[in-house]
Amino acid sequence: MNTVNTQALGKRFKAKWALTDCSFELPEGKICGLVGSNGAGKTTLLRLIAGLAQPSSGTVQVFGQPPADTTEFLQDVGFLAQDVPLYKRWNSEDHLGLGAHLNPRWGDSLTRDRLRSLGIPLDQRVGTLSGGQRAQVALAMALGKRPRLLLLDEPVAALDPLARRDFLGVLAEAVAEGDLTVILSSHLVGDLERICDHLVLLDTGRLVLAADLDDVLASHRLLTGPRRNTFALERDHTVLQIERTQRQVSAWVRLDGPLHDPHWEVAELGLEDIALAYMSRNRTRPEQLAATEAIGAVR
Amino acid sequence: MLVFHLAAHSSMPAYLQIQEQVRQALLTGVLRPGDQLPTVKEVVGSLAINPNTVLKAYRELERDGLVEGRQGVGTFALRRPDGPPPGEQAALRRGLARWVTKARGAGLEDGDMESLLRATLRAQSQEEVA
Repeated sequence: MNTVNTQALGKRFKAKWALTDCSFELPEGKICGLVGSNGAGKTTLLRLIAGLAQPSSGTVQVFGQPPADTTEFLQDVGFLAQDVPLYKRWNSEDHLGLGAHLNPRWGDSLTRDRLRSLGIPLDQRVGTLSGGQRAQVALAMALGKRPRLLLLDEPVAALDPLARRDFLGVLAEAVAEGDLTVILSSHLVGDLERICDHLVLLDTGRLVLAADLDDVLASHRLLTGPRRNTFALERDHTVLQIERTQRQVSAWVRLDGPLHDPHWEVAELGLEDIALAYMSRNRTRPEQLAATEAIGAVR
Repeated sequence: MLVFHLAAHSSMPAYLQIQEQVRQALLTGVLRPGDQLPTVKEVVGSLAINPNTVLKAYRELERDGLVEGRQGVGTFALRRPDGPPPGEQAALRRGLARWVTKARGAGLEDGDMESLLRATLRAQSQEEVA
């Protein structure tokens, strides 16, 4: 079953569309990376899935139902907003008490064990903890309600590399325990490559890619070769980006079938390169292309 | 207990790296038949990777008959992969270590050595075909 299903989903703020025509399916048990530059529509999409915003067009379904203000939906879906919503003057113990009070499925011992194993003192005010520890308390709170879908908006953006690793480690453990689907957004693809197995890529309010990560990595390649006509390549495959110098052509390509031309040197692409190729696709204006050609010719 | 390491910028997918490390541990005797492998939860917790990556590695090892998953208990080593016995393996490793020291002394970087090894392997396998 799909955990999330959107159809032509869109959200407009006054005259501006923050998200348009977004259709994708997210299977159960996945860790999905939601990638895009700032202002791409990541937070808007997460809020629509969480039921915190209403669609201006299209539909969103979570566990087969539109998000609703029902006990069932609120139990099933956890949302951790970007600004780590904790009460700074409270300690972790106070937060745990609130969690137990508000959530019928609250996993108290689970949450305590998690914080204890991370060495976070339960009696210390949250405001005096380190950024990494605060993020861990927020994550423990979000996991403590035992949601079946957890939405995380830029959870590791403010953390140092070690705290980031610890945070994602705890998240991966929770998924390994079963019955949890995760969507986490980031503008840093490198953080996501290891932990995600599904990818949703947004660019200026548009969905450009939504697929299984292994499939994405298997189908995208960097082709380089001596300068030549790329007509056949562009006819048979999706060329995302192309760079020409006087002697050489480099093409970032999604292969839509077998590659017949043996003259290309084929290299694998990392997730970051793939995301960048999609994002720069819409930014390259024709005059810029001409300029690149001109520079190439001078070289 | 076996501890996995992942190279940050490797062209080898993470599941293959784990698979390879288990295979090596079995070959060198670090992991013996009957020993338990780290649980999926332990691995993903320490490496911050996707649980499916570990499951895939263990599944492939199981298919090769090297490990065995026991429902609700964990994954256990079954047998050594085919290969030289540990003593010979260690001797080959020492020989390679001597070569690496020599190559480094001659000014080769790690990347140069890797390319040299790959080129040599390629040349040898072509000779065998020919």
